[in-house]
Amino acid sequence: MNHLNVSDAGTGRSPADSPWWNTPGLPALVGIFPLLAASNSFATGTALGIGSLAVLCASNVLISALAGSIPSRLRIPAFLVLVAALVTAVDLLFQAHWSGLYGQIGLFVPLIATNSAILARAGSVAMHRRWWRALLDGVRHGAGYTLLLGGLGALRELLAPGLLVAALPAGALFLLAAVIAARQAWPGPRGKP
Amino acid sequence: MSLPATERWREAPEPGRARALAGLLAVLLIAAVAVGGTWRYTRHVIADNAARSTQQELSAVLPGALYDNAPAMDVVQIDTGGGQPVPVYRARRNGTPVAAVLTIVAPDGYAGPIRLLVGISADGRVLGVRVQEQAETPGIGAAIAVADSPLLAGLPGRSLEDPPESRWTVRKDGGEFDAIAGATVSSRAVVGGVRRALQFFSTHRDEIFAPP
Repeated sequence: MNHLNVSDAGTGRSPADSPWWNTPGLPALVGIFPLLAASNSFATGTALGIGSLAVLCASNVLISALAGSIPSRLRIPAFLVLVAALVTAVDLLFQAHWSGLYGQIGLFVPLIATNSAILARAGSVAMHRRWWRALLDGVRHGAGYTLLLGGLGALRELLAPGLLVAALPAGALFLLAAVIAARQAWPGPRGKP
Repeated sequence: MSLPATERWREAPEPGRARALAGLLAVLLIAAVAVGGTWRYTRHVIADNAARSTQQELSAVLPGALYDNAPAMDVVQIDTGGGQPVPVYRARRNGTPVAAVLTIVAPDGYAGPIRLLVGISADGRVLGVRVQEQAETPGIGAAIAVADSPLLAGLPGRSLEDPPESRWTVRKDGGEFDAIAGATVSSRAVVGGVRRALQFFSTHRDEIFAPP
């Protein structure tokens, strides 16, 4: 389960399609690390999740529309340019309209671009879907992301007064580990991994 | 992982030369429009936000009844000889200087430097202190940033002579100031930083209030 999970068929509504089983943050741990540092409260976690959601939706749609016109050898650089531009735009919008929150998460917004899960969705799913399916995929996974980061933030905020480690950066890793353990124990469509 | 044949990904055919060129140009154009357009649309809002937040921070350390100008716009850069010049904001009433606000960095925090915003009246008394930036331990030292903590509340009204220098520190060191429980190092750094702000003010008073 520790490889990038890109098996989403995007059709039907089997439990395997639900964000709980497909959220990039859970199986693709590599992708979430840059954002974990900002999951110390519900507000910051949710805001970063929403930023990721916006970037994911826009990049999925654009890449779905453009994929047929990009030579395969230039796909990754082209996708990187698109994702980086979208993240910059989101960063500016946050700065303008969420300036209070931006003081806390400003450092981490540009890191959305380093979130490998977004590129993985772009390269594996969006490229091979019509734009509305790619958009749907972006919404679903972005929402999963928002729930995960927001939930982690809420959990850390609740535990921090009594449990010091929850407030420290390492607390994010401990709690993420707890969430993953819960997910592993959950009797899911894939059975016990 | 095996998928039904119908759900296996179909590799798109490679685009021709012209189409590839158009595709790559489209990528660049979209990226440029996304960044440039958002920048044009947000830059004024962002500049306004910055000015407003400076004003807000300043008003936290300056009693509003004291002045009638916009201190955020009335800045003087004080050259300290070495390093960066220190920006000092000046509050005036009917053109007469009544107070100044300066930022000072206390380098001796428990977890790195603590940046303080200190409001000082023209006669050299502390008007208010806020912690702007700190990296103290969350839940312990970070409590120095709480606006109405006994630490920050104990500072307004004090000057370089009140208390005398030997007592210008936290109680644990024989001083007069309440420390945050469990965060003596952080509290000591804040008190010391405020005293240095007062010293800076008294040294540079004439420069700070020099007529423009």
